[in-house]
Amino acid sequence: MSNVVEINALHKCYGARKVLENVSLSLESGTIVGLLGPNGCGKTSMIKIIAGIIQDYEGQVLIDGRVPDEYTKSIVSYLPEKTYLGDNLRAKDALNFFEDFYSDFDKEKAKSMLSQFKLDPNQKIKSMSKGMQEKVQLILVMSRKAKVYLLDEPLGGLDPASRKAMLDIILNNYSEDAVVLLSTHLINDVERIFDRVIMVGEKRILVDDTVDNIREKNGKSVQELFEEVFKC
Amino acid sequence: MANDFSSNVPIYIQIMNEVKLKIVSGVWEAGQRLQSVRELAVEFSVNPNTMQKALSELEREGLLYTERTSGRYVSQDEEKIKKARDEMAEEYTGNYYNLMKKLGYKKEEIIYVVSNRLADIEKGGLKNE
Repeated sequence: MSNVVEINALHKCYGARKVLENVSLSLESGTIVGLLGPNGCGKTSMIKIIAGIIQDYEGQVLIDGRVPDEYTKSIVSYLPEKTYLGDNLRAKDALNFFEDFYSDFDKEKAKSMLSQFKLDPNQKIKSMSKGMQEKVQLILVMSRKAKVYLLDEPLGGLDPASRKAMLDIILNNYSEDAVVLLSTHLINDVERIFDRVIMVGEKRILVDDTVDNIREKNGKSVQELFEEVFKC
Repeated sequence: MANDFSSNVPIYIQIMNEVKLKIVSGVWEAGQRLQSVRELAVEFSVNPNTMQKALSELEREGLLYTERTSGRYVSQDEEKIKKARDEMAEEYTGNYYNLMKKLGYKKEEIIYVVSNRLADIEKGGLKNE
């Protein structure tokens, strides 16, 4: 396993407001990592920096040894918090769109996942339920053969059955050559799929450890530790 | 399958217990070939590395074994499986005893409650409700 993402002394401000202060972390291939923290703690900023969307930051960010650029974008598969697929697209149009855009997109895999999760390729995305839309988007993103998957709050607002399906999609596509970074505040549902969790708060990393270490050292689940760390 | 992950036990140990239960109860038969780690990870809704660790530990305990080319199998050693089953039964019984002790029950009362309850369950057609 190698560190596919390396971040050293990262700072990020929006104007006078600091959102990340001296953040350092590394992400290993073959792991699924949870990025946890309350709203507004800088999770999305961190993800956007790794995705190469935010470029004005201070500090060092290396993806597969490179500063975010065209190359790193080609190996990073990013699921934003908000949908970006046009309303009039059918699921199959979105597949074609991804095929045109990304050379590492495996259309057959995406098709077979659509049918596995009982999604109709001919249905218009805007006529789908929120859960179905989220599944389609996750399938698109996970059907790329990337080295880094960034999933920003993919579980928010979904019913438990849809959340389970989303986790199945992620686990089905697990690869030893890739890291999955998933941000969420629904910890209980997903704790078991993480190797490691990173808790971010007050602009800094507060906890960075494996799930089993957290359980053994603290005698607490990740959810319980989270509640303690972020007690209001 | 829904797993109840209690909070202070490492998840891989909990997965080991889930898998053991499948083996000692015969849901997974002696000598049966296992699905891939990835498939099992999906079935147990758990990280593939955690699944791998649980399976390796069970291999060390001798309940599973790996054939280098063809995959991972349930042990064919019936004695070993029976022993694991007895150990689980002891553990469950110990847990039950501790809970009953917390309720203030004495040995005779526990035996009385158990045999009464079992009689009821059998009368009701083995329904454990």
